[in-house]
Amino acid sequence: MTDDSAASQSGLLVRRLKSDLAGPFDFAVEPGGCAVISGPSGSGKSLFLRMIADLDPSAGEVRLNGTERSTMTGPAWRRMLPYVPSEAGWWLDGVIDHFAPAARDEARRLAADFGLVEGQFEAEVARLSTGERQRLAIIRALVLRSPALLLDEPTSALDTEDAMRVEAALQARLAQGCVIVMISHDAGQAARLKAAAYRMVERKLERAGLPEARA
Amino acid sequence: MNAISLSPTDLAVAGSLIAFDALLSILLKLNLHRQVLWSAVRMVVQLVAIGYLLRLVFALHSPAATVVLVVVMAMVAAREIAVRPERRFKGAEGLILSSTGVAIATAATVALALLTAIRPHPWYEARYAISLAGIVLGSVLNSGSLALDTLLTSITRERPSIEAQLGLGESFQAATRTLVRQAIRRGLMPIVNQMSAAGVITLPGIMTGQILAGLDPVEAVKYQILLMFLLAGASGLSAAIIAYLALGRLTDERQRLRLDRLR
Repeated sequence: MTDDSAASQSGLLVRRLKSDLAGPFDFAVEPGGCAVISGPSGSGKSLFLRMIADLDPSAGEVRLNGTERSTMTGPAWRRMLPYVPSEAGWWLDGVIDHFAPAARDEARRLAADFGLVEGQFEAEVARLSTGERQRLAIIRALVLRSPALLLDEPTSALDTEDAMRVEAALQARLAQGCVIVMISHDAGQAARLKAAAYRMVERKLERAGLPEARA
Repeated sequence: MNAISLSPTDLAVAGSLIAFDALLSILLKLNLHRQVLWSAVRMVVQLVAIGYLLRLVFALHSPAATVVLVVVMAMVAAREIAVRPERRFKGAEGLILSSTGVAIATAATVALALLTAIRPHPWYEARYAISLAGIVLGSVLNSGSLALDTLLTSITRERPSIEAQLGLGESFQAATRTLVRQAIRRGLMPIVNQMSAAGVITLPGIMTGQILAGLDPVEAVKYQILLMFLLAGASGLSAAIIAYLALGRLTDERQRLRLDRLR
């Protein structure tokens, strides 16, 4: 395959991505596609997402809609595919302070979609439950309107009802052509999102059986 | 202005206060008497040694000897700054950045004083250059070490929030801005306290020393004011240079957070 064909290919393309700790990984998700990675803890799932987001040093090729990550700065690259850890940090006191003023209307709408009540958006971060913080952390990434999302166990602290609400928002993004790579232990989630299922085992990524194959 | 010369007996009488501290420690079970005695012995030996060394260097009238002594003092300060934080840089990185901060902060302020305010002949006269460098290095050490320790501790502790910001495409500089500010502020605290307390709560040591040595109080005060300005400038330079250099070593060309460079 030549570089020209890689450049014209849209979606997320990962080739020979490796670091001292993990890899090499070869991986691709087409536009509007979702990949769900499961596997035991410590197997390297978060490491893989962090390498794609360029938060950990790694060698190899990563392209999003044809653009190689090395052609842009680290922050510009991560704005295209934000990474949300499972327990994301907060750096200011109030929830609302974490959103740019221009993004607050959309953030409030998403918060309502996610089953959060209005007051929680005005609250201090320290007063919120883990599940509330988790949904708000996803909203921080969604309002960036990025062409891709890297989500590390986005619904791990949510009950089924709230997890469904988040999935509905993710499905809407997929329909708009967004690429989503997420880590999840919920086998049903991959099926509901019509995602390609992968398993990480000892820092090696392998394709798992398609969950919808039984249908 | 002849100083009243102290005899060894005079010092021995005052030294009995150390024995009192040690006795207190034994009576109250403070478990501190060894440290009190040991640090007192160290203090005496170090000061006597530096006294004779300074007498020798002053007599030599050699710029090279002055430079060697100042560089050695600066290196000791730089080493202290680099090794004091709980989280430290791997390898020589910490020492390189603390040496840079110490060198620039000390050289800039001491040179300013020698070339404008004090103006001895020649301007590098050992008596002035070494004394000024010594006192400036104390402040440089204090502020640089507070700034570095605060920065490394807070960046390690705030890793999740820094990486949450980086993960959303924020620049490294923006994600660490408040932490750097806090670190530099912390480094400047001692000199700010020292200046606001000077003359009201405490009589600064240098001034007191000069008055005891027979100098007119108002003359001593002028020197003290000059020194405070120098120390304030040196503290600011040291804290800012060391904090920003350390920050630069905690990231890379992709603006990642590189805590793996610490141990």
